[in-house]
Amino acid sequence: MNITYFVHGYLGLPIASFLISLFLPVKKEGALSVLSYSTAFLQLLLVCLFTGFWIFQGAEPIQFKEISVYRSENYDFFIDFLVDKLTLTYAFLGAALTFLITIYSRYYLHREAGYKRFFNTILFFNIGYSTIIFSGNMETLFIGWEILGVSSFLLIAFYRERLLPVKNALKVFSVYRIGDIGVILAMWLLHHFWHENVTFLQMNQTVSLHEHLAQNSSVGLLIATLFYIAAAAKSAQLPFSSWLPRAMEGPTPSSAIFYGSMSVHIGAFLLLRTLHFWENQIYFKVGLVIAGLLTALISTVISRVQSTIKSQIAYASIAQIGLIFIEIALGWENVALVHIVGNAFLRTYQLLISPSIVSYKIREQQYELQEAVVQKSAFDRWVDRYYMLSLKEWNLDNALFKWLWNPLKKIGRGWKVLNFRYIFWLKAFILLFGLILRANEALLPTEVKQRLPFFFALWGFLMAVKAFTERDSVRKSLTLVMLNHASISLALSFNAHFDNAHHIWYLSGILLAWALGYWLLTRMRKTEWISLDNFYGHIYEYPKTGFVFLLVCLGLSGFPITPSFVGEDLIFSHIELNQLGLAFFTAFSLVINGLATMRIYARVFLGPHVKNYHQIAKRSS
Amino acid sequence: MNENQNLAQLIHELAHYLPSQAPLKDFIHHNTLHAFQQLPFHKGLHAAQQLFGYQTYLTLDDYRQRYENGEISEASLALAFKKQDDVSMNQLFSLEATSQLQSKVGSYRLQWKKKLGFDLDARVHPLLFRIVNSFLDQGIAIWRFPTNGLPFLAALRQMESENTASIFTGERARNCFLNPAFKLIDALDLLVGDQSAYENYLYDQQFAHPGYSGMIAQIANRPSLLVLERAIAFEDFLLLECLLEIDTLDQHHGNWIPSSKFGLETYQFDPNNLLSTTEQKLKAIWQDAYEWTYYNQVLESLQQKENHELLEVGSIGIFCIDDRECSIRRHIERLDPSFLSFGTPGHFNIETYFQPFGSSQRTKICPAPVQPTHLIIEHSVAQKKDKEWHFDARSHGLIVGWVLTHTYGFWSALKLALSILWPSKNTMAVSSKQHMDAEAMLSVEHMPGQFTPDGLQIGFTVAQMTQIVGGMLKSIGLQKGFSSLIYIVAHGSSSANNTHYAGYDCGACSGRPGSVNARAFAQMANHQLVRRALRETGLYIPDHVHFVAVLQDTAMDEFSYFDIQQIPMDLMTVFEKDRALFSKACEQNAIERSKKFATVNSLANPRSVHKKVQLRTVSLFEPRPELNHATNALCIVGRRQFSRDVFLDRRAFLNSYDYRVDPTGEALSGILNAVAPVCGGINLEYYFSRVDNEQLGAGSKLPHNVMGLLGVANGVDGDLRTGLPSQMIELHDPYRLLVIVEQKPQVVYEAITRNPNTFEWFANEWVRLVAYDPEAHYFSVFEQGAFEPYASSVTSKRAS
Repeated sequence: MNITYFVHGYLGLPIASFLISLFLPVKKEGALSVLSYSTAFLQLLLVCLFTGFWIFQGAEPIQFKEISVYRSENYDFFIDFLVDKLTLTYAFLGAALTFLITIYSRYYLHREAGYKRFFNTILFFNIGYSTIIFSGNMETLFIGWEILGVSSFLLIAFYRERLLPVKNALKVFSVYRIGDIGVILAMWLLHHFWHENVTFLQMNQTVSLHEHLAQNSSVGLLIATLFYIAAAAKSAQLPFSSWLPRAMEGPTPSSAIFYGSMSVHIGAFLLLRTLHFWENQIYFKVGLVIAGLLTALISTVISRVQSTIKSQIAYASIAQIGLIFIEIALGWENVALVHIVGNAFLRTYQLLISPSIVSYKIREQQYELQEAVVQKSAFDRWVDRYYMLSLKEWNLDNALFKWLWNPLKKIGRGWKVLNFRYIFWLKAFILLFGLILRANEALLPTEVKQRLPFFFALWGFLMAVKAFTERDSVRKSLTLVMLNHASISLALSFNAHFDNAHHIWYLSGILLAWALGYWLLTRMRKTEWISLDNFYGHIYEYPKTGFVFLLVCLGLSGFPITPSFVGEDLIFSHIELNQLGLAFFTAFSLVINGLATMRIYARVFLGPHVKNYHQIAKRSS
Repeated sequence: MNENQNLAQLIHELAHYLPSQAPLKDFIHHNTLHAFQQLPFHKGLHAAQQLFGYQTYLTLDDYRQRYENGEISEASLALAFKKQDDVSMNQLFSLEATSQLQSKVGSYRLQWKKKLGFDLDARVHPLLFRIVNSFLDQGIAIWRFPTNGLPFLAALRQMESENTASIFTGERARNCFLNPAFKLIDALDLLVGDQSAYENYLYDQQFAHPGYSGMIAQIANRPSLLVLERAIAFEDFLLLECLLEIDTLDQHHGNWIPSSKFGLETYQFDPNNLLSTTEQKLKAIWQDAYEWTYYNQVLESLQQKENHELLEVGSIGIFCIDDRECSIRRHIERLDPSFLSFGTPGHFNIETYFQPFGSSQRTKICPAPVQPTHLIIEHSVAQKKDKEWHFDARSHGLIVGWVLTHTYGFWSALKLALSILWPSKNTMAVSSKQHMDAEAMLSVEHMPGQFTPDGLQIGFTVAQMTQIVGGMLKSIGLQKGFSSLIYIVAHGSSSANNTHYAGYDCGACSGRPGSVNARAFAQMANHQLVRRALRETGLYIPDHVHFVAVLQDTAMDEFSYFDIQQIPMDLMTVFEKDRALFSKACEQNAIERSKKFATVNSLANPRSVHKKVQLRTVSLFEPRPELNHATNALCIVGRRQFSRDVFLDRRAFLNSYDYRVDPTGEALSGILNAVAPVCGGINLEYYFSRVDNEQLGAGSKLPHNVMGLLGVANGVDGDLRTGLPSQMIELHDPYRLLVIVEQKPQVVYEAITRNPNTFEWFANEWVRLVAYDPEAHYFSVFEQGAFEPYASSVTSKRAS
């Protein structure tokens, strides 16, 4: 079997099915579900056949380059695939679970209002997952990574007419975005580390790797740490663990496969994929073992106090993934793989049957009722001292709030004194000023020129924060996001080797999305009150506008549906290794932009509908 | 002191409006808006909407659509319209629904929230729910809340003083909490300040999470609702919530200034003096018209049918009044026209607790309000217990979990695949047969001196048994014409992955299958001494008559029989014939039910349809093992011949009653005392869950998460959801229950006036009542407290 056929088949199937599913009528429950599970079934068949063939051929990793999306002298953005033991294990796991769960959901979701949306999202998720596991370089992986993030958001917010799913979807999405900083910065550093866009296989070539690491050991450590941040965010490791139980908002089967198995093990995948890159960095490995151990211990304790079944399973799963991280750190690749597959199936099944615990336990209690009335030992009493801490999840959830989001809000709202129009002109002026400077670049002293990128990036960052914390005007927030991208683009244009075509790559999609979004909002404002001070739930009456606006938001956050996605990577390649601050603020801006746009989407379109002429759930439900 | 009394009174009243749903193990249907029952139905619904913002009717568009479809007739609409004044016909069709309704409850804190600029509830609820759910938890958490046997606040205070982490962030709230002299009133002084706003504040606060508040108010009143008893006072819960709020506000605002300083507008909480809006009046008209369109059809078909007694009676079956028995009875009688069926509440007049073999606990197997003084113990050899490793706490441990995932995880994969691709019987599924071992002995007969330590009498004496058997047979009017075999048919249900499984069993047995009751009743009725004693009371049951206990599984459509070996040899041929009849009827019943399951093709071969219907009860992925009471709308109290052969589409509760043996209406009174709260409760719970599934129902069950075995919630930090999930009510038509009694109107009137609670149900029209005069042959409708002749019943019913 030809490897390209296999990869094209495995990836092409969900893409084709996803596109078809978008056009199927809402009423066609049968067609939607058959399409989904036969996709997964064919994927499963393919992976089984291919694995046999591949083992027969000698089980060597196979890599091939698909296509160059953008190419210049010293830059090549290309799609690349890699198939090895790791890929095939994950491919088997993903296809098998998706197949079973889609059959399950076919009946379980019968007559549910979002039946179609559910299967659309599952197929979309399948595309993201497949892209990640087959990716041969960071760029390809990042495409899948982004799709995974957005489809997770949509699955968690599946019950979009209720408040908590929407808020939790935003919360999970924000943690995912932190993980994205890891990926973006790692991509940037890798580019400088190797002086080109490398594939995973190239990274693994021991000789050149050692050479590079010897020269740049601190950069190596930094890259590895960034990998950890990305992996920890996706796999709910410390300090990000508290998102996982909160992701259990969708229908039980979707929680079961995505948050019980497929999504949470993607962090482990990233570490396994980059294993050879960091396996000789002893500091990192020690750190990884400690982090894994801490996660395992703390989340086990937290799991034990959970009085809800889904959060109990979630924390138990996090603890096992902590152990998996240790196994990876120790280089026990095969043990880790077995552990991943076992954990995935066990937790999926436990979540699926979780409603049965009521009848099971109540029956059990009839026969073996034990209530601890016994005198507690001194040790027990000592342990009990940690009960409240565990109940409060070791303050993990609060910490993120306190250390990250609150300060951002403070920065954003600190500007409140200035009114919008004033700020707007100020921004426009500064941008214009920037453009003038850029035009007369030759006249600028080098000193100034070197500082300008940082200045404009910082300025852009502040705009992103402002957009993220805006509580009132939707259009203003949207515009600020666009301006942030413009500032970043301007900032980097002061750097060497900047080609004006890069502006076009980067800003074309952004501007288009912004204009479309602005128009949609203006149109809606004629009939509806929209603002960012609350969740408005307008999707109830405007499902189509809502869908298009979601695309707008994705476009504005550099999602791989417009050229801006490539542009994003492209402009990063212009940031020099010594411009760490610039890189950080640029990456952070992109992350906050993504959050700001999803926040706009959520607040305008999702949540309890403000018009309560129909059934509306309580905010607490 | 006076302040505290006022506050206690206020809390007591508040609790009355909260949902009164017990923990999951006992699911008992009740009127969701029971707190408004002292008002006439429509008034109550209007008040509930204005106060709490519930949807209490279908939407205007929905009614109009039903009118278009012919589900609401022009005649009924005209009639309903005539009864209401100050709205116009034009408005019925053209008035636009208000798009932004503001309920009173919630409005005080809403103004405040706008001023504050942050969502206090969102910060306080998760921790509050977590704490209280952990305290009440009945067996999910591995590391239990260290109550040390103390009540809620005391346990928390002990924890607060000994634990490494505090509940609170700031010092102020913590100090107040640790001070036992600090009461709720002090917390309110700090939070609100102005006493006139306390009522508003507490209502707004508690109705932001009615699920937990209701659960706690229930448990506070009756700690025995929990297996692992927990002492919690509702007021203590309020205190904790207020302190958490003070703490959060302190964090946010520095030292918090009482909210009354903000000059917020308060509202008057008074359900009795609210004016209905035009929209509400229109909806009342639509609802009446909608109901009467259906009622008319029923009354007309009852009127047109021939009413005669069976000439020749074959076998007799006594079923539960449950609406699900309506169709199986029809099928049996259609297949064998000589079969005669009766209906009576499925506990068969036996009020007792039941203690399964090997268990130290008792379950109530009679109507919920009854406090039994008897106990039936099961004596068996085998304990019915299956281990399921996936629910074992050890799978969540670190080390065992590590080993398990490497090994057992792959077994899970296999089980997962099998359970989805080839569903079959499994340890997770609930089966109606688990309730009692068919081979077990039941301690039905009381042996002198046998009492439990807490004073329950084990079994029943002959005199008591005689009363039970005689009373039941009298109430259904079975006094003569006994067949050789009489089947006592109890019912139960089977389902898998179903948190609300208790709601599918027999309501008259407190949400358990009725198998113990049926078996006990058959044993009593077959008892020689009981027969003899009955003869003395004038009830002659011939010696050849034998009672057989049966359990019908309403989801599987399957009959199982008890104590077959005791059937006299000469009756075995009759039994075998009946058994074949029942299994045929079950198959037909399954086909009838399958017509409402979109995923089963009901036209396929009958056996395979039946098999498919049965598979639903073991399939993990099936949220609708059966449709339970959905579409219930009627309750017919009368002789079988009154409604026999009329297609009632599984909508009717059928209670047998013979007006000829009850001229004073005493027996009727007993029947209606049970029918109103039980059938009315089921009906109204379905009604309200249907018209507002989000606030009065539980929403879709698909995302539900089990909270401490007490209830379900969405996700991990949502409020408990009460009422019925959307999957149970989506096919329900929200009609009020129409009770049709075959008895003279004046006798019926006397019967309902004997008990003021029962009278309230009918007089306030939460349940509609029609009497059929069996001698004068006309219907009368009970309206505004009196019987009026039914308008379209001009042609009298043909006499038997």
